[in-house]
Amino acid sequence: MDVAKTDFNDLEEAFQAKIDAEKRIEPKEWMPDKYRQTLIRQMSQHAHSEVVGMLPEGNWLTRAPTLKRKAILMAKIQDEGGHGLYLYSATETLGISRDEMFDQLHTGKAKYSTIFNYPTLTWADIGAIGWLVDGAAIVNQIALCRCSYGPYARAMIRICKEESFHQRQGYEIMMTMAQGTKEQREMAQDALNRWWWPTLMMFGPNDTNSANSAQSMKWKIKRQSNDELRQKFIDATVPQAEYLKLRIPDDKLVWNEERGHYDFGDIDWNEFKNVVSGNGLCNRERLKARVDAHDGGKWVRDAALAYAAKKAARKAEAA
Amino acid sequence: MTNQEMLFEYLLRLGDNSLILGQRLAEWCGHAPILEEDLALTNIGLDLIGQSRMLLSYAGEVEGKGRDEDRLAFHRDTQAWRNLLLLEQPNGDFAKTMARQFFFDVFQYLQYEALSSSKDERVAGIAAKSLKEITYHRRHSSDWVIRLGDGTEESHEKMQTALNELWGFVPEMFDMDAVDEAMVADGIGVDVASLRPAWDAQVNAVLAEATLKRPDVSWSVRGSRDGKHSEHLGYILAEMQFLQHAYPDAKW
Ligand SMILES: [Fe+2]
Ligand SMILES: [Fe+2]
Ligand SMILES: [Fe+2]
Repeated sequence: MDVAKTDFNDLEEAFQAKIDAEKRIEPKEWMPDKYRQTLIRQMSQHAHSEVVGMLPEGNWLTRAPTLKRKAILMAKIQDEGGHGLYLYSATETLGISRDEMFDQLHTGKAKYSTIFNYPTLTWADIGAIGWLVDGAAIVNQIALCRCSYGPYARAMIRICKEESFHQRQGYEIMMTMAQGTKEQREMAQDALNRWWWPTLMMFGPNDTNSANSAQSMKWKIKRQSNDELRQKFIDATVPQAEYLKLRIPDDKLVWNEERGHYDFGDIDWNEFKNVVSGNGLCNRERLKARVDAHDGGKWVRDAALAYAAKKAARKAEAA
Repeated sequence: MTNQEMLFEYLLRLGDNSLILGQRLAEWCGHAPILEEDLALTNIGLDLIGQSRMLLSYAGEVEGKGRDEDRLAFHRDTQAWRNLLLLEQPNGDFAKTMARQFFFDVFQYLQYEALSSSKDERVAGIAAKSLKEITYHRRHSSDWVIRLGDGTEESHEKMQTALNELWGFVPEMFDMDAVDEAMVADGIGVDVASLRPAWDAQVNAVLAEATLKRPDVSWSVRGSRDGKHSEHLGYILAEMQFLQHAYPDAKW
């Protein structure tokens, strides 16, 4: 009989029992390696998305149409950077450093949300991102507030509050434009046309094609399936679009009384795969911007480290 | 100029300083050398934009021609701007951005410290509120000047170059013209010329700690109080004002 194997099985059983009992897993506790790796992948991808997500919005920061809008957008982007920082720290509890995570991002080993590979072409895109992209993020993140991994769940609880601000502010931009001049209404509709489908793709592949989902659900990293979350988002968003008198670009979108949900058209997963695999308009720029910031900033980080070391040495000498 | 016109002019100078520097910091967004600095630079930029909104709103009220903060920010051409030349200079590398910030933070702290006892209550209020923010800005930029100056050989050289490149913009901060004199006489404004010794003392102390040399350059430029700017301002405005100009009938 293999003693080591029995021990391992016991550990794994105890781990699953803890999860089944809705107990949170904390960093120092034993966890299956695959649980750890799954979380590192998901959480670092989430952190990268917050940080890369600063770029498409930052694209309009210097061109915001009023000082108030500029201030609101600046505060939002700052929040997103804060989310990134907070998520990197939470991921570090799993035994990976921020530098290693950056390295994975910069070499293409780690991903970030594909939505940020689309360009922000007009000011209405800033409204659409807040309303739709942050809106979708909230639906995902509310589910993650009950994630089995303690640091991730706590990060999500803190972040969700700010995300709902962002969504309201984005919707307010859309509202102003939808009620504005003819050109503004056109910009608002065009932004909705371009961001709607990519936003739906943010929830990931359909459940039937989602390879990692079953295990993640068992471990309660995920609490609801991709399709359930997507439906939730659509049901919440359609009335908001109607209120704006904007048309969601989906001919098959219709309320289904029986299901109590909206039916909607097929997602073009080829488009998704195409953008994920590098053919989005901004894939290269986004990654290059991050790599350049990191590589170009190395001398600054080196200086900070050198100065800290000198200071510590002087202090030791004085003592 | 009437007293009212002079106060308007004075408020524009203050408000434009904050807005143009805030706009420059916004350019860093997502490109800072470390994520913590992305947060710090947007935080400082946000403070500056906030200051400019209060000051330009008040300027518009004083002027009494129905111009609000956005009318003033988005519908003035270069020669109507009153920001210091230092603040419109391009970001350059991180050392240059920090040198620009450090020179201004030390100046603005002294200026706002004095303005917080202005006879004009509105000015005093804005200055007092902003002073808390500027206290943080000054610590942040001083710390970086010290870190970069006393960091590595490379960072030392970059920091020294940045100081040298911007030093010629420093004297303008302490210029006094008829508007400044009148505002001082009314108990509203600050005698900025008198702030120079304190500025020098603070800057010298930081430079000494940073093992950097106080620049010794033979040139200096001035003119922003009369709307004479470098070529850079036009591009800042072209970018910043684009939407308001492209869609003049729209409300945002
Ligand atoms: Fe976020
Ligand atoms: Fe997020
Ligand atoms: Fe957000």
